[in-house]
Amino acid sequence: MTAGPGSGAVAGDRDLKLSRVTKRFGDFVAVDDLTLTVPEGSFFALLGPSGCGKTTTLRMVAGLEEPTAGRVSIGDQDITGLRPYKRPVNTVFQSYALFPHLAVFENVAFGLRRRGVRGVEERTEQMLELVELREYAGRRPAQLSGGQQQRVALARALINEPRVLLLDEPLGALDLKLRRQMQIELKRIQTEIETTFVHVTHDQEEAMTMADTIAVMNRGVIEQLGAPAELYENPLTTFVANFLGQSNLIMTEVIDPSGHTVVVDCHGQKVAVVASRCHTQQGRGWLGVRPEKISASAAGCEDHADVNVLTGGVVSDVSFVGVSTQYLVRMPWGQELMVFEQNTGTRSPLTNGDQVDLAWSRDHAFLLDAEQDAQAGVVREDGS
Amino acid sequence: MSQRPAPVVDGETARRRGYGWLLLVPGMLWLVVFFLIPTVQLFFTSLYDPSGSYELGYAMTWHFQNYPDAVRDNFDLFVRSFLYAGITTFVCLLLAYPLAYAIAFKSGRWKNFLLVLVIAPFFTSFLLRTLSWSAILSDQGVVTSLLKSVAILPEDGRLLATPVAVIAGLIYNFLPFMTLPLYASLDKVDPRLIEAAGDLYSSPFTGFRKVTVPLSMPGVVSGTLLTFIPACGDYINAELLGTTRQYMIGNRIQAAFLRERDYPVAATLSLLLMLVVVAMVVVYVRRAGTEKLV
Ligand SMILES: Nc1ncnc2c1ncn2[C@@H]1O[C@H](COP(=O)(O)OP(=O)(O)O)[C@@H](O)[C@H]1O
Ligand SMILES: [Mg+2]
Repeated sequence: MTAGPGSGAVAGDRDLKLSRVTKRFGDFVAVDDLTLTVPEGSFFALLGPSGCGKTTTLRMVAGLEEPTAGRVSIGDQDITGLRPYKRPVNTVFQSYALFPHLAVFENVAFGLRRRGVRGVEERTEQMLELVELREYAGRRPAQLSGGQQQRVALARALINEPRVLLLDEPLGALDLKLRRQMQIELKRIQTEIETTFVHVTHDQEEAMTMADTIAVMNRGVIEQLGAPAELYENPLTTFVANFLGQSNLIMTEVIDPSGHTVVVDCHGQKVAVVASRCHTQQGRGWLGVRPEKISASAAGCEDHADVNVLTGGVVSDVSFVGVSTQYLVRMPWGQELMVFEQNTGTRSPLTNGDQVDLAWSRDHAFLLDAEQDAQAGVVREDGS
Repeated sequence: MSQRPAPVVDGETARRRGYGWLLLVPGMLWLVVFFLIPTVQLFFTSLYDPSGSYELGYAMTWHFQNYPDAVRDNFDLFVRSFLYAGITTFVCLLLAYPLAYAIAFKSGRWKNFLLVLVIAPFFTSFLLRTLSWSAILSDQGVVTSLLKSVAILPEDGRLLATPVAVIAGLIYNFLPFMTLPLYASLDKVDPRLIEAAGDLYSSPFTGFRKVTVPLSMPGVVSGTLLTFIPACGDYINAELLGTTRQYMIGNRIQAAFLRERDYPVAATLSLLLMLVVVAMVVVYVRRAGTEKLV
């Protein structure tokens, strides 16, 4: 399921494990009975909307917050009761928390000095080299740009060679361009030093581009865990379907769950879904299709064996976004479905009012439990 | 404050500076009228011929010899003043730091209430409070008999009219001046920095030493100055809680100005005190290096 060096079939001896960890603040449950294994050496992303308990989870690993229940361990060592300064774990804080009274050099050297190791000067020099801040060694944090401060925070944590590096939205304060640059940089550093990274973010694109494994978190629980492509192609819940990318969710009724493909009734039209992507076997269910998986073509195309077709659509909105064109198609039952089409230039674009059929490969849909809210995890335009 | 590279002064910032300068005017005027002119006046007075008197008047003879004479005659008073003020400042720092720390970090919703308590003594007069200390420390008082009963104080020992009483009074009176600036700077210390220190292998005590203390240095510097400077010139505590053997330079200046009316001596001593204190403060602030902080 996961890639990354050091993760094999047997549990690595330095895997980070959270077992049934719960954190309550008064009556409020911030993290709810969470169990999680982060394989040694992997780039692991904890993804979820603001307030879902990501920071709290990290703080429990760092020892800055004590779990109400459950255990935290690294390899064979149970670290649940260990004070933060005794844990082989370092954190890149959301706000960086650089020491304002110390120069960059002393900020980076801080951890080594506290542990009284040898060769602090050389190692600090090397680390500053790695994050390309050598000429800034003598400056105070307040004299650096956001991106530079971010790299100081990273260097200050990494120099201690922690078994697990915790990053709490480390790129959150940077502008888009710098963020993309730092994503690549972080990934490069992680691959180079093979340390386990636990990267907290609410940016699904960031999680997908960087991580080997993503855990999608919502309201204190992990909704789904897996490789980015797996989560994207085969979400288990409407929340994951909506939070990672966008999905069309259509209410359907299961007709025949017996075969290699499950047949559902979609407002009078039959649609097949591969069984491995069906997460409900009977009654009603949400049929999910990604907008870019659907092709819209003029009504009347013939039916393929491996293709699902929904007929009777009418184009109701066209927006051109350069690389692609995004359509809204109104279906006979009133729902508007999203369809994204690459602007390959091989065909003239559709226009408002065109009658279309929608088609997609049977491998590209999924079926979810109808009990869930179809709007769960929808990321609005304003970013909330 | 911060050491950003000097910004290029364009037309607009230059103009803004022109207006900003105006804000200094009222304060400057005040200082010129009520500080600079009187100080110059004091300087001239200190050079009057000592042979004159209040009744007969003084002649201006640029008598610089007043200065060495004043130092020679009052050397022990100067030493005692700086010693008492130094001890007071040190003990105040020891008492106020934990207090300010507790108020800033541990008091929760009691914070404002505790701050009011710190300044509550100011609601009654300085004189009255110091007088009540003479009752507290009196020979028949509870404190004296308690200390005698546990043999800390010998049977014939006393507190009132000793250096202990004067210094105790000074500490009591100046404690809020130490506590408030310390509190102000400790309250600004971001708790996330202390967490970061913990994450970077600092025990709570090391984190305190390496992060909290350096970040509270501006408070330490202003607190010690606000305590030491007025304590050097204080005369009420020595007057009410001590005897002539505990008198400080302030008592001498007060007597010279108001009782003996020996203006040249009073002016000379005032200026000497001011010069020595300013010199000490400059050296201290340089060494503490506050300009590097924040
Ligand atoms: N010290 C605390 N006291 C009370 N509630 C808290 C505390 N820390 C976090 N919470 C609550 O727990 C929830 C999860 O917070 P957090 O882990 O910071 O979320 P995230 O990092 O995913 O945005 C939030 O609703 C937050 O208000
Ligand atoms: Mg957070």
